[in-house]
Amino acid sequence: MSKRLALSSIRHRLSHTVSALPPSGIRRFFDLVSTMDNVISLGVGEPDFVTPWKVRDACVEALEQGYTTYTSNSGLPALREAVAEYLWGQYQLRYEPGEEILITVGASEAIDLALRAILNPGDEVLVIEPAYISYAPCVTLAGGTPVAVDTDARTGFKPTAEQLERHITPRTKAIIFCFPNNPTGAALRKEELASLAEVIRRHDLLVISDEIYGELTYEGKHVSIASLPEMKDRTILISGMSKAFAMTGWRIGYACGHPEVIELMRKIHQYTMLCAPIMSQMAAVEALRNGLDEMREMVLSYKQRRNLFIKGLNQIGLPCHQPEGAFYAFPSIKETGLTSEEFAERLLFEAGVAVVPGNVFGKSGHGYIRCSYATSVQQITEALERMARFLQRLR
Amino acid sequence: MGMESADKQAKQQLVQQLLHLLEDNSRYDIPTLAGLLAISEEEVDALIKELEDKKVILKYTATIAWDKTDHVPVTAMIDVKVTPKKGVGFDEIARRIYRYPEVEAVYLMSGAYDLSVIVKGKTMHEIAEFVAKKLSPLDSVISTTTHFILKKYKHDGVIFDDGSDDRRMVITP
Repeated sequence: MSKRLALSSIRHRLSHTVSALPPSGIRRFFDLVSTMDNVISLGVGEPDFVTPWKVRDACVEALEQGYTTYTSNSGLPALREAVAEYLWGQYQLRYEPGEEILITVGASEAIDLALRAILNPGDEVLVIEPAYISYAPCVTLAGGTPVAVDTDARTGFKPTAEQLERHITPRTKAIIFCFPNNPTGAALRKEELASLAEVIRRHDLLVISDEIYGELTYEGKHVSIASLPEMKDRTILISGMSKAFAMTGWRIGYACGHPEVIELMRKIHQYTMLCAPIMSQMAAVEALRNGLDEMREMVLSYKQRRNLFIKGLNQIGLPCHQPEGAFYAFPSIKETGLTSEEFAERLLFEAGVAVVPGNVFGKSGHGYIRCSYATSVQQITEALERMARFLQRLR
Repeated sequence: MGMESADKQAKQQLVQQLLHLLEDNSRYDIPTLAGLLAISEEEVDALIKELEDKKVILKYTATIAWDKTDHVPVTAMIDVKVTPKKGVGFDEIARRIYRYPEVEAVYLMSGAYDLSVIVKGKTMHEIAEFVAKKLSPLDSVISTTTHFILKKYKHDGVIFDDGSDDRRMVITP
């Protein structure tokens, strides 16, 4: 057996930036839950549907025909065209497939690329929190400084213009957010976006708008901040196939924006990822061209389960604002006197229900838990019963 | 669009949702349905009564994988060619056929034959007897072709031998 370097000797040779990144709180919980049987998991951040068959079939066909090669760095022209048509049809957003759209390996890659393409050392990026766990680390990795803008239950976890204003400094370069939101389920209406857009324009900021949950909007229709006046060129719109089309494992995302920004993002993508998998791209074309009916059926099903779950949470004594999008509930557990971590851990061990402590999504998530209702009605009902019994024992 | 027709459309959408839910699982209880549809339990109750009265909802059933039991019925699909009668078309002969309790379903078809008849029996012999002694001798019946079902892969939208467990990891971001 070869001799390993001593731990102290290897450690000081590693990246200080990466070493200093906090570990993901989700990881620790995953390890805990994985050791247990008979757990109902409300901790899953992905659809409970399998990708619609016609989409899977398109991939099978692509493989049969021997589509196993690289594609252009930007992604298949057919997919970029399908994305452009889809964004126009659904959101009245006009992007030119040649220069303004980049196909990425999931929306996650697009977020990393966008930050790396725009940031210089010392640049600050406002991160609306609670937020998806990768934003702040990706800002740090790109050499910037993340600045949390905390939202709270009083506004239904929606940021206000004043909150933004308070965190803007001369070094603020951009703002990154995701609405409908993971983990809170908050969605922004057009007028709410407009008041943020006013501040963003006045301070000449860029926007990274993660709209991966856009289709999962239950009251009215999703509005992209890029569709507001004078916002398209300063917005990098990021979305993908994962949530709306139940295609998480396929890893297909996309970024749309100003040709200069997309060009820089493409440069990084070309040196690091080369291209997204061709068979996944071909499946995504099928989903965007012919999968909208299946998508709408899934969205209706999430909406019904949201109605059931939120009502249930409020009934058992976990106050929860009505989430308007995504598939997460973010109830408060403050009345129990426990921290989010304690609550989640005890709920897991004593009641067999897995949730994610809210604070892993930023410090404004303290006192909350994230529950995904992308699971069957039977599981939701059973989880609510287990949670009710747990709460009774606590009181 | 007037207020009235908007209300009507909203109600139609609600009814569609309710019917799909019940078709998927007729054992959903009233509180669950009320929760899913975001309406009151009284409203769900009234809607269901209305749909039962109008005979939109006819029956609440379960989908059963009989081949996992020791009581496996035999099912056959029979293509039936008939001569339609003046005035009543196919309805009269269809009625004569569907009254037999062993007949599960009767459909009027387009294409090479006229009626599709689904018959359930305890044994193949029982079905053969039904075809020979009851169905074929009917006046308007010209010919029958009997197909026995060998294996059910999917029925009522349910895949029978589906190993579709939840393949997701227990916690994901």
